[in-house]
Amino acid sequence: MDAYPANPRFLLPILQDIQHTERHLSTDAMKAVARYLDVPDSKVYAVATFYKSLSLTPKGEVEIKVCLGTACHLRGAGEIVRGLEGALGVKAGETTADGKFSLETVNCLGACALAPVVMTGETVRGGMSAAQILEAAGAKS
Amino acid sequence: MKKLAGLDELRDYRLSVTNDGSLEKPHIWVCGGTGCLAWGSADVLAAIQEEIASRKEAVTAGLRCESAGCHGQCERGPLVEITPQKWIYHKVRPSDAGKIIDYALRGDPAEPTADKNSFTSGQTKRVLSRMGRMSPRSIDGYMRLGGYEALERALREMTPEEVTAAVSASNLRGRGGGGFHAGTKWESCRKSQGGVKYVLVNGDEGDPGAFMDRSLMEGDPHSVLEGLIIGGYAVGAAEGYIYVRNEYPQAVANLTLAIDDARSFGLLGENILGTGFNFDIHICRGGGAFVCGESTALMASVEGRPGTPRVKYIRSTERGLWDAPTVLNNVETWANVPRIILNGPEWFKQVGTEGSPGTKIFALVGKVENTGLVEVPMGATLREVIFGIGGGIKKKRPFKAVQTGGPSGGCLPESALETGVDFDTLTEIGSMMGSGGMIVMDDRTCMVDVARYFTGFLEGESCGKCVPCREGLVKMRKILSDIASGKGRPGDVELLADASETLADTALCGLGQSAPNPVLSTIKHFRDEYDEHINEGFCRAGVCQGLFTAAISDACIGCGACLRACPANAVRGEAKRLHAVDARGCIGCGACLDKCPVNAIKAERRSAR
Repeated sequence: MDAYPANPRFLLPILQDIQHTERHLSTDAMKAVARYLDVPDSKVYAVATFYKSLSLTPKGEVEIKVCLGTACHLRGAGEIVRGLEGALGVKAGETTADGKFSLETVNCLGACALAPVVMTGETVRGGMSAAQILEAAGAKS
Repeated sequence: MKKLAGLDELRDYRLSVTNDGSLEKPHIWVCGGTGCLAWGSADVLAAIQEEIASRKEAVTAGLRCESAGCHGQCERGPLVEITPQKWIYHKVRPSDAGKIIDYALRGDPAEPTADKNSFTSGQTKRVLSRMGRMSPRSIDGYMRLGGYEALERALREMTPEEVTAAVSASNLRGRGGGGFHAGTKWESCRKSQGGVKYVLVNGDEGDPGAFMDRSLMEGDPHSVLEGLIIGGYAVGAAEGYIYVRNEYPQAVANLTLAIDDARSFGLLGENILGTGFNFDIHICRGGGAFVCGESTALMASVEGRPGTPRVKYIRSTERGLWDAPTVLNNVETWANVPRIILNGPEWFKQVGTEGSPGTKIFALVGKVENTGLVEVPMGATLREVIFGIGGGIKKKRPFKAVQTGGPSGGCLPESALETGVDFDTLTEIGSMMGSGGMIVMDDRTCMVDVARYFTGFLEGESCGKCVPCREGLVKMRKILSDIASGKGRPGDVELLADASETLADTALCGLGQSAPNPVLSTIKHFRDEYDEHINEGFCRAGVCQGLFTAAISDACIGCGACLRACPANAVRGEAKRLHAVDARGCIGCGACLDKCPVNAIKAERRSAR
């Protein structure tokens, strides 16, 4: 947090950094940010709940993001989501009980030529089946 | 690196790197774009570099291998290009390293000409001209290919008024979708009162199916910076912001490095090149909200607030970011600016149409043979792009529609294929340019499903500030879901059209106002499909679950792919003999349709039970 000047305009980047290191935004963390930037708690909460990349509940060690962009939709991204939901035993948007994986859907990863696309951590992969994705994600963590 | 203190020093430095001989030396470029990385291009790069180091002749010849920006042919990655010959290789494996090095040193016997496929030769590469032939992480590489010459010229020979006038004269229109004249924005901002002004780059490329801005930011980041610095000089801004999507980590990394390099060269900061002009650039990472691509929502997000739009009775060029006059253009628009300054507005207008001059980058994706980034003059017909450069539909299936303009655009039928694409023609026929996504659909695409998909997308991305968008989209998506699941009722189409009209008329921002386009355009051009779903419970594309039965024609080669794919064991047949579907067992899931290598399976109406 100290890397940023105490200016409200840095609210989003500070929250993004906390999300990155702690994998979620705790109430304590949000309150600390509000104090640091001297903004109301409500403002921090508003930003924390507006943006999709921020989460109040902890995300898994590996975030699996399945692209549901148009090109991926046409090339069977829905199948992959169903496959991953079945294999992980969670619904999209949830995290496995052991905290290892969270499954999310995103609206376009901008790698449409590889559709259907999945991002595990910061790695983008194209044209894989649900089983292949899990293997790659598991091997990585 | 030492700071360049004046315009002459910049010129001398530019010329010294341009003439250092490296442009003539053999060079191997391995694409390091997101697409090729996903195909394993990092391993290819390592293998070639290792092999070069171990081969004396390669070292003696000065052969080098570096990672480059995106070529735009992502589906055929990993791509490798050899310069100066400009030979491009597809699907290169690490084991090909020796062969590639041989070609670079001794010439490729199988490659007499540089461009032999229609994908590359059909294009007019201006903005993408450097992509793939330069390291995006090297400012020297950028200068070697003419980079920062435009900045030098603007600062040396032109007043801010003249720079603005050149952009106005070029008739450059915003490549982010709206097609607003960039010169008009610049002029208005330049004339606005107030000491503090801002220039912004919209890199929140949210339209699904579009990725030209990602490629530019990753592959040629300095061209965006150069455009932005020139823009800051023209309108009198001292600060610029680049708003980049959260989903593009590599774009953030390359832009950050480019900004650091430009700063240490003295191209950013105080008293740039001794001209007294102060300018610096910051990066803002988006939070993963589609609506932030809307101008006022983007500015709210930069300010650290939730990204919701405001009513635009005051233009951003008068009161934008922190209420200061602001120019916001998208990535591709900014990347055009240095080229206009360098070559002049008349050069820019040599290609394109009168109303929309220049080139446009399209992201050609979906059910088309060659997917990737395509830069063509404005006014090129959809047929030229899809069937010429794109090589036609995958598996030679029939063309059904092309969707342009992202979720705010529309689906265009075959009759629109001869339309020359520019900002105005697309709007006339009920779609829009958007940021340039072009999604090709074949007969296996259900238009009701497409409308439902886009409406669902926008329902999820609506910021919730205004009622028509927040509530209207929920209702519309529900009606579309009902139709797609066989529960449509007569009158639903009229209801959808009515709701669409209300939404278009009353929503606060562009997201809501244009949200009905996918619904209205599919109703207009593909009304038959809506009626079949509602009246007959039939989906001719074989997409909507349970609304069809699979039927195998006598084109069947008996390969058994469908038999293995069927989850209901409803396919019967022996190897190499004609297969058949048991209509009573078929659950209408469509699993077999895509598996057939000879397109012998069709979706048919269910017989009355």
